[in-house]
Amino acid sequence: MMKSKADEEDYWNSSKFKAFTFDDEDDEFTKKQEVEPQLPHRVFPASCFLFPAGISWSVRETASSLREQSFPKIDTTPSLPKNSSGYSLSSLFKGKEGEREMMDCAAVSLEKFRSLQEKLLLLDEAVGVHDGNVITAVLIYLKKSLSKEVLFRELESRQTALRHFIHYLTESKEQRLLLELYRALGRTEDEALLQYKEHLRITDENKRRDFLKSCVSLPFSPEDAGHVQDHYTLLERQIIIEATDRQAETGGKVEIFQKFPRRASILNMPLITTLYYCCFYHYAETEGTYSSPANIRQTFRIAEKQYFVTALAARAKLKAWHDVDALFTSRNWLGFTRKKSPLSFSRVADILSKNNAPVQVLQEYVGLVDDVELRVALAQKYKCHFIVISTYRDLKDRQLLLGYRGKVERGSEEERKIDELLSNPQIRWKN
Amino acid sequence: MSERDSPELPDFSVLKRLARDQLIYLLEQLPGKKDLFIEADLMSPLDRIANVSTLKQHEVDKLYKVEYKPVVSTSDQLCFLIRPRIQTVKWVCDVVNADKAAGKFKRYKIIFTPQKFYACETVLEEQGIFGDVSTDEWAFYLLPLDEDIINLELPEFFRDNFLEGDQRWVRTGGSALHLFHSIYGPFSKVYGIGRCSKMVYESWREQVKEGEQKARQAEVGTVFLIDRDVDFVTPLCSQVVYEGLVDDIFRIKCGCVEFGPDVTSSDKSIKVMLNSQDKVFNEIRNEHFSNVFGFLSQKARNLQTAYDKRRGMDIKQMKTFVSEELKGLKQEHRLLSLHIGASESMMKKKTKQDFQELLKTEHSLLEGFEIRECISFIEEHINRQVSMIESLRLLCLLSLTENGESNQFSNNLNSAWPCQSYGVDHLLTFANLKQLGLLVEQQPGETLTVMESKMGKLVNDKTAGKLTDAFSSLAKKSNFRALSRRLSLVPKSDEEYDLRVPRDMAYIFSGAYIPLSCKLIEQVLERDGWTGLEEVTRLLNGHEFAVTGSNGADLRPQSDAQRIILVMFLGGCTFSEISALRFLGRERGYKFIVLTTAITNSARLIEAMLDNHV
Repeated sequence: MMKSKADEEDYWNSSKFKAFTFDDEDDEFTKKQEVEPQLPHRVFPASCFLFPAGISWSVRETASSLREQSFPKIDTTPSLPKNSSGYSLSSLFKGKEGEREMMDCAAVSLEKFRSLQEKLLLLDEAVGVHDGNVITAVLIYLKKSLSKEVLFRELESRQTALRHFIHYLTESKEQRLLLELYRALGRTEDEALLQYKEHLRITDENKRRDFLKSCVSLPFSPEDAGHVQDHYTLLERQIIIEATDRQAETGGKVEIFQKFPRRASILNMPLITTLYYCCFYHYAETEGTYSSPANIRQTFRIAEKQYFVTALAARAKLKAWHDVDALFTSRNWLGFTRKKSPLSFSRVADILSKNNAPVQVLQEYVGLVDDVELRVALAQKYKCHFIVISTYRDLKDRQLLLGYRGKVERGSEEERKIDELLSNPQIRWKN
Repeated sequence: MSERDSPELPDFSVLKRLARDQLIYLLEQLPGKKDLFIEADLMSPLDRIANVSTLKQHEVDKLYKVEYKPVVSTSDQLCFLIRPRIQTVKWVCDVVNADKAAGKFKRYKIIFTPQKFYACETVLEEQGIFGDVSTDEWAFYLLPLDEDIINLELPEFFRDNFLEGDQRWVRTGGSALHLFHSIYGPFSKVYGIGRCSKMVYESWREQVKEGEQKARQAEVGTVFLIDRDVDFVTPLCSQVVYEGLVDDIFRIKCGCVEFGPDVTSSDKSIKVMLNSQDKVFNEIRNEHFSNVFGFLSQKARNLQTAYDKRRGMDIKQMKTFVSEELKGLKQEHRLLSLHIGASESMMKKKTKQDFQELLKTEHSLLEGFEIRECISFIEEHINRQVSMIESLRLLCLLSLTENGESNQFSNNLNSAWPCQSYGVDHLLTFANLKQLGLLVEQQPGETLTVMESKMGKLVNDKTAGKLTDAFSSLAKKSNFRALSRRLSLVPKSDEEYDLRVPRDMAYIFSGAYIPLSCKLIEQVLERDGWTGLEEVTRLLNGHEFAVTGSNGADLRPQSDAQRIILVMFLGGCTFSEISALRFLGRERGYKFIVLTTAITNSARLIEAMLDNHV
């Protein structure tokens, strides 16, 4: 069923807003209409709904007791002994007015509930019927008619109601009251997180930085506290780097910015993106500058592996193969160099190939893959023929080498190499 | 194994007519020409039941999408068709107050769907426009998406209920079930598991009690209610059955998908309805993706043969061919090339992101095998800043399957690295994931003492609410490994699994895992209750129930109505689960109808937890 309705399209354009199309009547479900539907007993919900306090509920006969209950009631409260806190829930409301009747649309005005005990019973009844709408309605009434201190105190021992209240305050964006609530409940970490979240509203980077600075001392969990500190430090740096680099870019004197113009500002980017950026534009800088990758690595305690992955991706993107090489080269005490990597060489090859590294570069790393099978598979995938050839030679597998001869270009250097090996009498082939 | 034919599904077109008639009735409550403002996420559902001309017939002049901006309408009657959300109502208040300030006098009506909330009316009151605006409810609960899928289209149900602990949708769930029951019932058996399921059952029961029930032949007799938090593992897995994969990659919205130029191989995107009416789609939707290409190419060959019949026809035969067959063939041709295009595009996308390796990791996690490799795979995913949603999904899967036990890395994995890669803003996202139990943080030795001191406090504090909370946080342990063993969710890996001839529901995950949710349904139906599953329900933290009605409903297990089973997912279900249930239905001679609050998948589930925005 494809949608194209020229006539209705016109209509839409006339309303000057983004158009959307409607399905036609030939909808699969509307085709067969001969069956007369049996309507549910209440097509339009009787005005069975809550009205604001003060307005009386519409009355509807409640004949439920006359009807036979065909399905059993199941216990929806947790399988724990009921509280024995002294007051009986039913005594006050039974058969008269209360939550259950609220649902049944009996004439009830919440303002009748004036004593604290009545209010709390109302709330507990609301929680008992599992209708969040009703729970929130009662909470809104309690919020209006009780002092914060009393309300918070009573909510502390009523978790279901409390969660409804928190959600209501969140949705109606009553930040301040919510913070007060958290504070009153001793939920300091929630309080800190909520306050920290406010930074998202601040668009000016300097103001945002200052705000984050003020967040550092909030009572976060030790782990989160570290993150927030890092967030502040990072933004502070980003502001400095951004100012310098923007100037360098518009000045037109720095080659790298001319060759690879920045696509976006570095402000508010994650740490790893920032590291990548610095590895891209500021790789050679000494540790003293804010933008040097080494400095970032140290300041933010970036793990070795993570640093390598990022630096590798950045330098490979620039096709700075020399830097890539240097990244992995280490010297032992005798001065011999060897390749070392905190991440597997197969991954290194993967990153390089995704950055279109030439075969000459790729094969160096593919050749370092320990697992023979994987090495051959990768070498074939990346067309590092010499790696395949030398691996087969090491395996002394003449048959595989012969087979591979058909896969390389005729008259190529690879072919010559294979022929040379095949005719080498020194090799003891296993087959 | 199919012992007998599955029963016929009831006709759901009634639901659409009902909803449409109600809407028309409500529009007529505001007589005369009016402009209609529609909440963005209501547009597709509305699209499925009414069209522009229907609305125009009822004097809707112009249609606008709610965009939280000042309105330009010149009509003197404005109607707002919205979800009961405080934010939207505040916007309506702004519109009304702006008109008032400008001295314009208009009539306003808000139609809340599926119901209104008191909190919304409080906003009207606080903004001083209560009384200036009339409000109504459009009880549009059930949107049939297909012959066996009915959707509530309430994605926020998941977050509101499971993360925020707000029970505002419980009654909605009960009403939806009630509506279904009053048309297709009476039900005779209701099974369920989960706290929300229990509450929805109770709400439904109360509503049934209120209304009168006519004795009549039931079309659907059995109901199974299940909370999404009973099984988080299944929706977090990559989908590999065609329909699920299309949803993962292109996102099916309200039964409709938009295929971009890479699929259509033209410069246009097209919207395609994906349901059983699409004959090609209907045959591949439940297939493992690896079978789809073979199937489509066979289909293409058949089509060619059908076209070739033209050759050697005389004029008369040709005339018949053109008038009778050609249209169908062309239609099929078009659908076929679309699905081939979609398959190719999906292949390309998946190859690019090393799908094989990703699946291998997921399967290892499900099996509890080579966890160290899995962890380093995830670590690398994060380090390389591969899609955040994907990283979080894998982290959650690791935490759920390992029950937070593989914890030597957990501190770094569970926030430090993701924060470095995706931004510290996500501290709030992590707090949500932990609150929901998707990420379990475990400080060895400490957890127990914390629990104990909590419990100690409880002994003095005699309020039930607090106990509930403490126990629900205890309940966060996922116990996946033990459940998997008990229910044999992970088939033995040494056996070859032929995906073309599936032997169980595990085929939807390449033979690696039988979805827990569907396995529970299978077991309960087989046992006609929870007997024998005591250990399983204990591991799932209880809240299971099985009840039988007694109002003269047909209880014979062999009757058709008993073999049509309504499965209600509270918090959403995935297309893979629907495919698994369809498979189960074919095997056992059942027909499943899925009633869900929303269609979900791993990305939607994780996105619902993101909190790095205002």
